[in-house]
Formats: sequence, C-alpha cells, structure tokens
Amino acid sequence: MSADLDARPAESTRDDGLDPTSPLVTRRRAFGIFLVALAAVTLLFLLGEGGEATFVLRDITGGDPYFQMPDLVVSVGTVVLVVAILAAFAGGIQLARGFGRRTYLVLGLVLALFVFAFLTWATAGSSLNLLAILRLTIRQAVPLVFGALAGVLCERSGVMNIAIEAQFLTAAFTGALVGSVSSNAWVGLLAGAAGGAFIGWLLAVMAIKYRTDQIIVGVVLIVFATGLTSFLASQLLTPNPDLNTPAIVSPIGIPVLSRIPVLGPLFFNHTIFVYGAFAAVLLVHWALFKTKWGLRVRSVGEHPRAADTVGINVYRIRYQAVVLGGAVAGLGGAFFTLDSAAQFSEEMTAGLGFIALAAMIVGRWRPFGALGAALIFGFAGSLSGGLAIVQVPIPSEFLLMAPYLVTIVVVAGLVGRPRPPAADGVPYVKE
Amino acid sequence: MKMEMRGVTKRFPGVIANRDVDLVVEEGEILALIGENGAGKSTLMNVLYGLYDADEGEVLLDDQPRTFNGPGDAIAAGIGMVHQHFMLVPVFTVAENIVLGVEPTRGAGRLAVRRAEESVRELSDRHNLPVDPHAVIEDLPVGLQQRVEILKALYRDAELLIMDEPTAVLTPQETEELFTAMRALKDQGTSIIFITHKLGEALEVADRISVLRGGEIAGHTTPAETDQDQLAAMMVGREVDLVVDREPATPGEVVLAIRGLEVVNDRGQLAVKGVDLDLRAGEIVAIAGVQGNGQSEFVEALNGVAEVTGGSIELDGRELVGLHPKEILRAGVGQVQEDRYAEAMVAEFSVAENLVLNTWDAEPYARRGVLQSRTIDELARKEVEEFDIRTPSIHTDMGNLSGGNQQKVVVAREFARDLRVLVAAGPTRGIDVGSIEYIHERIVAFRDAGHAVLVVSTELDEVMALGDRVAVMHGGTLSGPYDAPVDRDAIGLLMAGIDPDRPVTASGSAEQPPQT
Repeated sequence: MSADLDARPAESTRDDGLDPTSPLVTRRRAFGIFLVALAAVTLLFLLGEGGEATFVLRDITGGDPYFQMPDLVVSVGTVVLVVAILAAFAGGIQLARGFGRRTYLVLGLVLALFVFAFLTWATAGSSLNLLAILRLTIRQAVPLVFGALAGVLCERSGVMNIAIEAQFLTAAFTGALVGSVSSNAWVGLLAGAAGGAFIGWLLAVMAIKYRTDQIIVGVVLIVFATGLTSFLASQLLTPNPDLNTPAIVSPIGIPVLSRIPVLGPLFFNHTIFVYGAFAAVLLVHWALFKTKWGLRVRSVGEHPRAADTVGINVYRIRYQAVVLGGAVAGLGGAFFTLDSAAQFSEEMTAGLGFIALAAMIVGRWRPFGALGAALIFGFAGSLSGGLAIVQVPIPSEFLLMAPYLVTIVVVAGLVGRPRPPAADGVPYVKE
Repeated sequence: MKMEMRGVTKRFPGVIANRDVDLVVEEGEILALIGENGAGKSTLMNVLYGLYDADEGEVLLDDQPRTFNGPGDAIAAGIGMVHQHFMLVPVFTVAENIVLGVEPTRGAGRLAVRRAEESVRELSDRHNLPVDPHAVIEDLPVGLQQRVEILKALYRDAELLIMDEPTAVLTPQETEELFTAMRALKDQGTSIIFITHKLGEALEVADRISVLRGGEIAGHTTPAETDQDQLAAMMVGREVDLVVDREPATPGEVVLAIRGLEVVNDRGQLAVKGVDLDLRAGEIVAIAGVQGNGQSEFVEALNGVAEVTGGSIELDGRELVGLHPKEILRAGVGQVQEDRYAEAMVAEFSVAENLVLNTWDAEPYARRGVLQSRTIDELARKEVEEFDIRTPSIHTDMGNLSGGNQQKVVVAREFARDLRVLVAAGPTRGIDVGSIEYIHERIVAFRDAGHAVLVVSTELDEVMALGDRVAVMHGGTLSGPYDAPVDRDAIGLLMAGIDPDRPVTASGSAEQPPQT
C-alpha cells in the first residue's frame, strides 16, 4: 500500500512537529507500542510449536518453468523468534525516535513478517502450497481492483458509488448471457462492461439529474440488480442452459517471462482479466492525474462551483466519470462468469462489491492504493482457503473478516484519516 | 475594455432584483459599485458574468451588444470574476487552479504541467503579483489565495475584472497591497468593477462610484464630489449615523476573569495560546483579528463547546471551564454566534421557536415537559415589536427572513434572558446598515445598563465603533486590551502580527500599560 506516493505533490509531512501534545506524536508512540505488542503476541502465541514448516513453491499450473523451485523448509521456532525480535527492535526505534515518513513502510513490513510467522506456525509439521495461495490472491483481487477503480472514478468526480455490487451482478449476468449466445468471450466481456455502464448510467441520472440521495440510490440499485438478475436467471437461464454456458477466457502465458520460476506462474500466466486489472490501475492513474480530463474530474469532485465558474460542464464530466466507472466495474463483474465460474448463478458476487468499496476507501481514493488494498483483501480470502487445508484451529471466517477489520481501522483514522473528495456525494445545483 | 449596461432588469418570481440599471466602466478605470446586502449587486454582476439572463436591457462591450449563455462566454469575451468566496480547489496547486478549464496539453489530452507552471510564473512576474506555482492552495494565506483568483482571471486575458467584496477577508495591510495591485492593473488598461459596502475603501481606490439601492441605481458620483455620510445616505435612502453615540464607559467590578486560557481546535492544534482578559461590568471590550487567528475557538470556549486544555474562565468567581454549555447559558452568558446559519438559528423553525431556542425547556416556556405555546407566542410578539423584527408573522419560518432580521431575532433572544455578560461574535456580519445601527445601539444600551460585553469581530470599523477597550488576537495570542480611542493603523498592524512600534492608544491620553 505504499505505491501511492506520487499522485499529489507531497502529502505534507508535518511529522516532526515539536509539540509533545500533538496527535502526531501520540500516534507515533501508539505505533511503537503496537509493534512491541506484536512482538509479545508473536512470542506468547506462536512460540512453542516445534518442528518444521514446508512451503511449496513448485509450479503446479503446468507452466513449464526453466527449473522447479525447491520447497522452502523452515524451522518454526527460529522464524517466530527472529520475527519477534525484529518487531520488538522496530518498536523500540519507533518509540525512541520514530521512523518519520517511513513509519507506514516499517509498519507494513513488520505486519508482513508477522503474517509469515503466523503461516509458519500454522503449517508446522505439514506443508502449504504458498505459490498457489499467492496466485489465488492475485486472482481474487481482480474483481476488487476493477470495482475499487470504478469507485475511484465515480467518487473523484463527486458521485458516491456504493452500487458496485449492482454493477458486478448485472455485468456478470450480461457477460454470461452474451458470452453464451455469441460463443465469444470477448463479446461477453464487452457486454459485461456495457451492463456495468448501464447501472452506472442509472446512478448518474438519479444522482446528477434528479439529485436523489446517493446512498439511497445505491441501495436501491443493488436491490434492483439482485432482484432482476435472480429473476432472469431462474426464468431465462435455468430453463435454457444454452444461455448460461459462456465461452470463457483462457490463460495467456507471456513468452519467456511465464517460465521464470515463482514469478512466472504468479504474474505472467494469467487470463486477460488479470493483466487487464493491472493495466486498468495504470490507465486510471494516468487519466486522473496526468490528463486534462482527470484534472477536471478531480475539480468537480472537490469544488464543482469553482469548475463551473471557469466554464467546465460539471454535469457532463460527472456523467462521463460515472458511466466509465460503471463500465470498469462491469469488467470486474464479467470476471465472475467469463473467468472464475463459467456460469451465472444467483447472487454469485456475494458482497464482493462492498469489499471493493472498502478497498477504495482503504486505498484512499487512489488507483494504486486501491490495488494494494485489493491485494491485501485478496490474500485474506485466499489464505482462509489455504489454512482450512492445513487444519488450523482457527475458523476460516475470521480471516474472511480481515477486509472489514482493516476498513474499520482505516476509517476510524488510526492510520491517517482518509480524506474523501470534498464534494463526494453532494449533488451540484447550478446557480 | 469599456463595459456598458443599459436598462438592465432582472426579475425573480415575486421580486425584481434589478430594475432599469444603467452602468458604465471606461477602459482603465476602477468603478466602485456599492450597496447594501440585498441591493442587487450580486445579481447584476451575475447578469454581466453570464450566470443569469437579463429580462430586459443589454450589455455592451466596447460599444458592441453582447449576450452570454454562461460564464464560459463571458470569460471568452474578456470578463473575469474574483469571487468573494474563492473559486479555488483547495487540494490543487496554484498552477492547476489557474489553468483549470483552459489547460495546456501536449497531445492525447496530457497535461503540460511544466508549461502551465512557467506561464503562471511569467504572468505573476508581469503583473508583479508574486506567488509560487507549486504551492497547494489550502496552505496559502487568504491574501495569496485572492492573488491566485486575480491571476486566474488575468490568465484568461480578462480586460474587465469584477471583484466581489475582495477586502472582506483581508487584513488592513493586505487590503493596501490589493489596492496597489488594482491601481497597477488599471494603469495597464484593465477595467475593474469593485463591489463593496465599505465606503472608505470605495472613496480611496475608485475613479467613480455607482450606488445601488433596492435593485435600482441610486446615483453615480466620484470620490472628489462626495464623502462617507453622503454615500451612506445614498445607500440606505436616509441619513445614517455611522458613529455610535455613547457616553464614556463607567466600568465597575470584574465580571469575567480569563486566565491563561488554552483551547485546542478540531484538528487538535493549539488555537488559543494562553489568553488573559478581565471584563468589567459596564464596559465593552472589542477584540479585532483576521479570521482564523483563534477567535472562533476563544468564543467557543466561552460558550463551553470547545476543548479547553488549560487556564480558567471565571464568571463572578465561578469556574466555567468544564461546565456543560447549558450550565454556562444558565449562568448568564449571552451568546451571539459567529455563523448565524450554522450555530445560532434553525432555519426551518418559526421565529417564535427560534426566540426560545435556549430557554424552551425551562419555566415558563415549558411545564412538566410540555411546551407552553401561549407563553412563547406572547414573548415572541413582545420581542418582534421591541426589536422591530420585520416578519409577516411570529410563525413564519426563520429562513424566510432577511439576514438583518434573523440577526435581530438572535440578539433579541439573548437579551430576553437574564444576562451577566454578552459574548457577541461578529454580531453584524452580513446584515444591512440599518440593522447594524440598531444592533450597535442595543449593545451600547446593554452596557449602559451595567452589563459586561465582549465583542469579537473581523470588521475593524465595528471594533473601533464599539470598543471601550480594544484588543487584537493574532496567532492565538491577545495583544492589549488598549483603552479607546485607539490608533486604527496600529490595530491594523497588530492584526497582521506586526509590532506597531508606537503607542496603540491614540494621542490625547497618556500611554497606558496593557491591563490584565
């Protein structure tokens, strides 16, 4: 989550404020205490489990690597001890003088180490396919990335989009239907984008033209999309299975790169959706922060009246951003039926639209931030499956709660209060 | 560029905002357009700027009739507006704000950031309005933000600048700088329409003055031919007394004693840094200061709604810090809040309900938890009569009243209670001259009845007119209070945080040490 450094000129770091009562200093201390506590938790709960943990890094996707990576075998006790010492050490430095601008980086690294220690402990005496878990992380992050980017586009223009779930469902449905009828995954993909764009357009009309409360519109759209797709699924798709067997996309291995051990299967042997998600992050970032259009989108999201007084058509820009956002969410929705499941089923998106919304918030309305958050959430989802296999005495539901916990922590302002666009959710009324 | 309006009339449902207005600005001339709030200045300028269509009449630029279908057209025709509430995106840089809408690009819609910054730097050099193109707007002081607004108009090749109450947010020194810039622009051929209700400023900087009253032109004049009293009479339509008549104060015992007060603002920063002040019965202490120097937090602390981190506030020896706002209210602290709409009234409630907004739950307005509407209505009728509140009925929604009448309701509500001290923050903000006059009289009368008054205002005129002692708040600390009469320029310097290097209390009385 440290990739979003370049978007704005210096998120001013008034960190070295000298006032000892300043909240920044209090927060610095709190982070230090957190790190030390993490070290203590590591020692108390994870130490004592003996034996070795085996992490499998072999390519089992049939990618024909240059050579097979050997398994990573580590001693549980050593890993736990080293991680605990590193966490305590970082905490000590943080308490003594603070890491300043690098605080979040250090915090992230230590948390990553802690997760590794936890994995080692959980795998003790058995083996875990780490490569598969990481690969699944990326695939699970795909719809979240598209959904969160949709949110970023809409909300940067000042229209709140809690209807990502509706865009997912509609796009999953249209993608499946059109993908089946045309027997072409690419046509299905376009149909998915169109389905998402349609919901985006509905949101835009209600929010921009009729100035309806955007939270209410969002909820209504979700109910509408759930009801409509469920109805059509049972009335149209179930009696006609031909309409629900879309052509699906297949992985495209990138020459040379896909044969690198570990990295190849992780990044370079995926479907178009995965590559598309990473490309979309770059594209949206470029569009929002490097182009004239992006400057205007951000201006109508921050201070629409100012944009209006210099002759920018606030309504038109908002329509563009919201409909485009809907289309991007539509790509995430099409992933469900054209890649991951190969058929539409009722409410198949299972609330992931809300997790995408959370990823947008945790990513602070920035494309790279959203990507980082989506990857973390994807990892939590993928890990919960992996841990169920090695039979950890922790219910997998706890890991599935991770996205919500992280969101609460971020929204509560514990790690720097997220700042939404100033006019987010506020309808614009021309004078 | 020469601009002429001929017979411009603008109607809104039920009101005529502008009637048959003729107005001329010659090339390279500063025209001051003065008028009270609600006189139709903003409507008229919005017609000129293409935000409204005129129902009758025409606008001529360089003797050519023009019609605008929106600000875009007006901008293209060379009209620039410096809005009273800055039209700047706070999180954007100076350069981004200036080029917004006419962005330089280099193919594929890419922003040419460096080119934008260079042209902004070149523009600010040419007009001698220095500003850093990289700076983020929200980090800049108000005076610089205004400079960005001016540059924004010049970047669009504005030949006619409309400046809507540009001095309202400035320190006296920043105002002087603005006037210098305006004169320089004028010399380069730019025409300026300077909208204000501060008569002294109109006289100082304008070549000609046009007065609007009730949507119509009340007269055209020049600074050489007129003076403040005459202008005020033109503006209001009758003789106005700009000076508040009053006897010298006869201060009694200390009522409110503030010691080492420290207050934290809602971002957790220390906004009031150790203020000491004694307020005595029968005197008005007026605190001047530019917006955002801790006055809001100071007043909020007196009302019990801010976080006090140190010091004490004693009312007749009773500690107020830590008390619930309602207890402070009941202890006899009267409050006129800074932001009427946000803090002092409920627009959707009736006038009568607003008059008991802080007493509704006590006898005689409520008995056993039931509102006594008859008692409330009686009080409302009495107050409406006494304070000359112009309202169709006591059951009219507060939001339908004019700003001046709303403020009268707020003041009436406070005076209806048994008060020991009145804390009035910006008591005449945004209201008409007639109401200002009236509210000032009531405040002085309240003082004469032996009560203590604390006035906090960003309007230097008001501070000078009301204060028996004048203090200045800057950066969270208080200078003074100094005994009136005080030297206006010295107060202005203190407001900007500069040591005036001369006695603040004006000549005639020996220099007195600041009282504690």
